[in-house]
Amino acid sequence: MQKLLVSIALAAATLGFGLAAANAGTLDDVKAKGFVQCGVNTGLPGFGNPDASGKYTGFDVDYCRAVSAAIFGDPDKVKYSPLDGTERFPALQSGEIDLLVRNTTWTMSRDTTLGFTFAGVNYYDGEGFMVRKSLGVKSVKELDGATICVQGGTDTVTGLADYFKKNNLKYTPLVIDKLADVNAAYDAGRCDALTTDRSGLAANRLQMKVPDDHVVLDEIISQEPLGPVVRNNDVQWFQVVKWVSNALLDAEYLGVDSKNVDDQKANSGDAAVQRLLGVGDNDFGKSIGLSKDWAYNVIKSVGNYGEIYDRNIGPNTPLGLQRGVNAQWNKGGVQYGIPIL
Amino acid sequence: MFRMAVAEAGRLSVPRDRWYNNPLVRSIAIQVLLVALVLGTVYWFANNTVTNLHDRGIASGFGFLSQRAGFDMVTFLNVTAESTYGYMLLAGLVDTIIVSILSIIIATIMGMIVGIARLSSNWLIRTIATVYVELLRNIPPLLVILFFYLAVLATLPDVKNAIQVGPDISLSNRGLFVPAPVFGPNFHIVLIAFILSLIIAWAVRRWAHARRMATGQGFPSGWVSLGIIAVITGIVYVATGDPLTFDVPVKTRFNINGGWDLSPEFTSLFVALGVYTASFIAEIVRSGIMAVSHGQTEAARALGLRGNLVLRLVVMPQALRVIIPPLASEYLNITKNTSLALAVGFADLVAVGNNVLNPTGQSIEVVAIWMVFYLGLSIIISVAMNWFNARIALTER
Repeated sequence: MQKLLVSIALAAATLGFGLAAANAGTLDDVKAKGFVQCGVNTGLPGFGNPDASGKYTGFDVDYCRAVSAAIFGDPDKVKYSPLDGTERFPALQSGEIDLLVRNTTWTMSRDTTLGFTFAGVNYYDGEGFMVRKSLGVKSVKELDGATICVQGGTDTVTGLADYFKKNNLKYTPLVIDKLADVNAAYDAGRCDALTTDRSGLAANRLQMKVPDDHVVLDEIISQEPLGPVVRNNDVQWFQVVKWVSNALLDAEYLGVDSKNVDDQKANSGDAAVQRLLGVGDNDFGKSIGLSKDWAYNVIKSVGNYGEIYDRNIGPNTPLGLQRGVNAQWNKGGVQYGIPIL
Repeated sequence: MFRMAVAEAGRLSVPRDRWYNNPLVRSIAIQVLLVALVLGTVYWFANNTVTNLHDRGIASGFGFLSQRAGFDMVTFLNVTAESTYGYMLLAGLVDTIIVSILSIIIATIMGMIVGIARLSSNWLIRTIATVYVELLRNIPPLLVILFFYLAVLATLPDVKNAIQVGPDISLSNRGLFVPAPVFGPNFHIVLIAFILSLIIAWAVRRWAHARRMATGQGFPSGWVSLGIIAVITGIVYVATGDPLTFDVPVKTRFNINGGWDLSPEFTSLFVALGVYTASFIAEIVRSGIMAVSHGQTEAARALGLRGNLVLRLVVMPQALRVIIPPLASEYLNITKNTSLALAVGFADLVAVGNNVLNPTGQSIEVVAIWMVFYLGLSIIISVAMNWFNARIALTER
């Protein structure tokens, strides 16, 4: 709450004073100060979560690191701002952060009236439900009359209202501001079900006292494309973030990963790989204000999209999320990198 | 005459009667300058904000208040996803007011009791009161609220194993459910009878007071008024044919529906705030009582008044003059602290505002609305307390 007010005060102050750092030139600012200020989740395992030593790791965090690697050749030139659902937008509007990668859903109003633009989709998600196994509930449609815990200040509250209205079901919402408090209330039995993005549910389930007592229902009731967000008044910075996202996808599609990237750079005869890694005369980095080997640096230090996925949230992690719709387009998913050409 | 003399004397050196030396001109000039400065600064900030918002493509203005909210919350006013953002915020304001009033009542009663207990001659009572004050006023209110909330949730059983009091009242971690009264068509007659009986009871009290002033004879007016109210209202209630029925809460698969419920969020919030602020009010009450000279107590005792009459008739009326002004700021604190509802998921003004802020992105507007509403509430409390303070002030003749 206090942080929210600080963010809003800062937003009001920067807007009021006109000390706009954001009137273009975010890339120059970032280069000058020597780090990317990245807004991440306060604690969502797998996506953005501080470890015991306070170091941030996760799927979203790796996007911050990829942008840092593209600019500085070093993935660790990032400073993190942990933000909750309501704090995140004022923080980005005010210029307090350069980039927001915090499982944020791409919606039309956020893309337009909030003054933001989304640089891509790093995870296609949807709103799901978790219930106690002992309730014997198999489908969301059985939840008529239930009390449902939901985090305030998110679009999950809207998705919930839409779905229950469409299916003519009644429910009692319990809207709490902080995710940790929502989890605590659900775990204490205050609600029959907990709803949030399905990826988040997998993480929340692990935070319950007895994770095995809870089950995530199969249904997905809304479209939640999550992705990195920037302000919409700085095209150059938007291009940097957008093309770093695309390079991650392209690399996976082309079979370039952190282990074989040096070999590919030296030996690959594939023109697409050469363009991606800046081999020979290829200098796509210049067009977005970066060095020739921007994408090489990203892949070398952070890996490609598939590696980031598997490392943080994939089947072999505690979250165990299958690729599903987030597989490459030629593997049955909808992730599709825009070609570097 | 005197001024002329000064002017006369001044003419020998420098004439001092210049227009800019005139205190009236100076004070007006300074005030005009100050107003211009303040207005200029406000205009500069507002203009910059509007320009920057426009440059960044951020929509602004209060137009969003009439748009459909699209999310549900549980408030005292009946809101749905179809309600407008404006109505949602109004519902939040109503919730804030209700919680504030309940907390103020609890804090005042608890504070009075503990404050008086702090001065008790009984060691045990005095010590308990001291421990209460020192414990609660040294803990942040947020922790007190969370403690009450989580303690309530942890202690109470789930819906299936709810504690039943009779068939219709149940207590579980979903809250306390009681039957809700449904008023029949003749209920207004009972209400009129009740008000009438109140007026009669009041008249009896007035008569009893006047008689005591005149003759010194006592009269058990409290019991008599209670009797009058009960008998008159009761007879009319039976005569109109039981105009009151009850909506009984029913247990469903997940929940308990219908009836009136007291949710754990709401209860823990107003109880915690009340109990917390009571520790401050207790100290105010204690200082108020101690401010009354001991001679007053001795004089009252010498007149033969008993212990609690000494307190009620002599000490308290004088202590109130010291108590009321700081009490007003405690009431303001309670009202502002209700914004901690955010932590337990009670839909107060701030919690609702947060949910309005997210889809609309109108952070500056929503914060402005928060500020105006809280300012309005605070001013109302201040005015009410000032009026009360003026009423009980020492009347000088």
